Amino acid sequence: MKRKVIEEKFFLVLMIISATLIVSIIVLILTSIIIKGFSSFNLAMVSQTPKGGYYLGKEGGILNAIIGSFYIAGGATALATALGIPVVMLMNVYLKADSKVSAVLRLCFDVLWGVPSIVYGAFGFTLMIFFGLKASLIAGIIVVSILILPIIIRAIDEISQTIPEGLFHASLSLGATKLETGFKVNAKQILPGILTAVLMAFGRAIGDAASVLFTAGYSDSIPTSLTDSAATLPLTIFFQLSSPIKEVQDRAFAAVLILTIIVLCISLLSRLLTNRHNKYKI
Amino acid sequence: MESNIKVRNLNVFYGATQALKNINLDIPNKQITAIIGPSGCGKTTLLKCLNRLIESTDEVNVTGQVYVDGEDIYSPKTEVTHLRKKMGLLSQKPYPLPMSIFDNVAYGPRLHGTTKKNELKSIVEFYLKEANLWDEVKDRLSSPASKLSIGQQQRLCLARGLAVQPLVILGDEPTSALDPQSSAYIEQMFLKLKADYSIILVTHILRQAKRIADYIVYMYDGEIIEHGEASDVLNHPKHPKTIEYVSGVIS
Amino acid sequence: MFKLGTSLRSRVRTNNLAYYLFYLIGAISASLVLVIGIGLLIKSYPIIESHGFFNSIFSIDWYPLKSKFGLLPFLVSSCYVSLLALIISVPVCLLTAIYLIEYASKKVLNLFFPIIDILAGLPSVILGVWGVIIIVPFIRDYLAPFFGVHSTGYSILAGSIVLSIMLVPNIILVFIEILKTIPQELREASLSLGATRWETIKFVVLRKSIPGIIAGIILGLSRAFGETLAVLMVVGNVVQIPKSVFDPGYPLPALIANNYGEMLSIPLYDSALMFSALVLFAVVLFFNLVSKLFLNRLIKYLKY
Repeated sequence: MKRKVIEEKFFLVLMIISATLIVSIIVLILTSIIIKGFSSFNLAMVSQTPKGGYYLGKEGGILNAIIGSFYIAGGATALATALGIPVVMLMNVYLKADSKVSAVLRLCFDVLWGVPSIVYGAFGFTLMIFFGLKASLIAGIIVVSILILPIIIRAIDEISQTIPEGLFHASLSLGATKLETGFKVNAKQILPGILTAVLMAFGRAIGDAASVLFTAGYSDSIPTSLTDSAATLPLTIFFQLSSPIKEVQDRAFAAVLILTIIVLCISLLSRLLTNRHNKYKI
Repeated sequence: MESNIKVRNLNVFYGATQALKNINLDIPNKQITAIIGPSGCGKTTLLKCLNRLIESTDEVNVTGQVYVDGEDIYSPKTEVTHLRKKMGLLSQKPYPLPMSIFDNVAYGPRLHGTTKKNELKSIVEFYLKEANLWDEVKDRLSSPASKLSIGQQQRLCLARGLAVQPLVILGDEPTSALDPQSSAYIEQMFLKLKADYSIILVTHILRQAKRIADYIVYMYDGEIIEHGEASDVLNHPKHPKTIEYVSGVIS
Repeated sequence: MFKLGTSLRSRVRTNNLAYYLFYLIGAISASLVLVIGIGLLIKSYPIIESHGFFNSIFSIDWYPLKSKFGLLPFLVSSCYVSLLALIISVPVCLLTAIYLIEYASKKVLNLFFPIIDILAGLPSVILGVWGVIIIVPFIRDYLAPFFGVHSTGYSILAGSIVLSIMLVPNIILVFIEILKTIPQELREASLSLGATRWETIKFVVLRKSIPGIIAGIILGLSRAFGETLAVLMVVGNVVQIPKSVFDPGYPLPALIANNYGEMLSIPLYDSALMFSALVLFAVVLFFNLVSKLFLNRLIKYLKY
């Protein structure tokens, strides 16, 4: 009897240590990069583009990367949402719940979700060569949108499955077509969930480096057209961290800080969205 | 007896199991027809066949004909959206749409081409009054429908259904989720509405059928055992199964 | 009575057109799996043709200038890093998941999930930076000297530690999902037979979850195998078969990421890199498929 109690206590302590370990490591990561970021940060970094080259120039900032990142992540998220919502509609509005087609589609998107971003990057690069495109904003947007498309589809698809069948039937019984029901009723019912999924995809898009490594190029100036190459925050961090010059390294840490703040904001925002009561939801 | 809805040789299979067996039925116009029978007898399946919602169920196979206004609704030429507009549905649980009270009622008319604000306003008012809900909600038309009580929601669903001007009202145990007061409301409204609509009501409450039905269809195990005038079926049932059910031996 | 407009025909037409359009979009986007696979296969065909499939995979000689493209050092590094990361991550995640589901109060859960969410959302490059400023110096200055070895800190171990942290959200969420699908009645049945809570967990809950836990681990492995930047930044990137965890390594994704820009000038180099992308794709696809099919079946089995 006594041995049993000791064993349970022992494992309970182990469990608590594990949980605490995870939490404290996350806290450690956040505090150490935020402190490092703040100590390297100055206002010129967010208001200027690099002067004298991103790798060697001591002056200037990372405005090019901030803008570039928002262009790429924003464009990719818009594109992926525009393509993803129809696919979710197909699976949840047009096709029956046990449809074989839906099952195959879901499996495909699950698999695509798991494909590493470096593979998307490499694949995107070969496509670019095939079509004679050079590394550019538009190429980056397309490859990143392919990367986040499965995320958007599967995330919205999961929430769509919580819509009660009766609600769907109620709208059909009023003489609405499936398309109308999908956009006017289903989408409204799960709107916060859709927004959360889109935010999550945006977060993934803005933080991913491997997919834009060969496809978006890198440039010291802010892109002015879709065919310009564009710098991004993750690549700024990656390239500038290895620079021998301290000022350049500092810019990398500042970029880390900015990227961290962006993803923290996204995390917070999506939590607010999930917790906020959707007042029309039935 | 006049009838705009005629069911002929209707069979429904869920996979290998047969849910409806050779149903033949004429639904009388502008009367309340109650479909009764023990649970699992196919009442709801029959109802769902009338507006083809049955098709959204997995692995279902329907054979036979259902004529609405002389047109076979299962013929490939029939447009299901058009059919469903004719057949208003009141489900077991009220499902208000995720929008305001006003928009719930205006949803159907808007879809079917009414967009003028004033026109919509008078439509919404008219049908909310018709469903006996106007006085309770007239000051908060823009608040979400989900805020209403269940009983109010069901009346809202009725108003919403009436606003697309159906020919028929299908009720799938529409009072089963409601309190007695709200149930009574709905029953009274059915009695009023039968002047203009044919009403088909699936119910598992025998007393409800006794109170409001003009015509009774008794089903057992996917078959129609007996159907006829309410007074005949309820007071002088012929088939032994009907006698058992009506007298309360089985339920 | 009010009159309703009749635009039915055009509404139905729009509805049907949308159906075909949506079907097309769905088919095209889902077929990306095939398109990527075939695309990579075509691009890697030259290297397979000239060097042979198994020769490329199992050779340890990587001298692009001499046209030797052996991938073995990279595969070995990838396996080392991934497996070590799982060895660190899985026990901690399992214990935490059990704690959260079986013991923790709602308050703890509400605190824990947002924190895990933050980790899940952190870009891998940030974890890489963290590895460079914290883990690498820690290994160089403390851990390696403690074991009496010399290390720059950029090592298999550093890669594994960073990777193990990245895997935590993925693995923990799968474990939690599995534990949640175990019916409560099963626990109650065991408890009412006089088993303690821990015995119930050990003999009933965990036993039932073993297939799911394995599926979760496989899924984690596929994630680990493909992770690029965070690992690349701390693992050292030296082409060799690492002999100890303090040695630097060079995983497959890092190979692709580091060499893509310059590959076009050397013959067959791009094909060799595409071949490594293909290998990566195939491995991840396989692991993913196995664990997904496994998991889906299991959840169904547990639910009914």
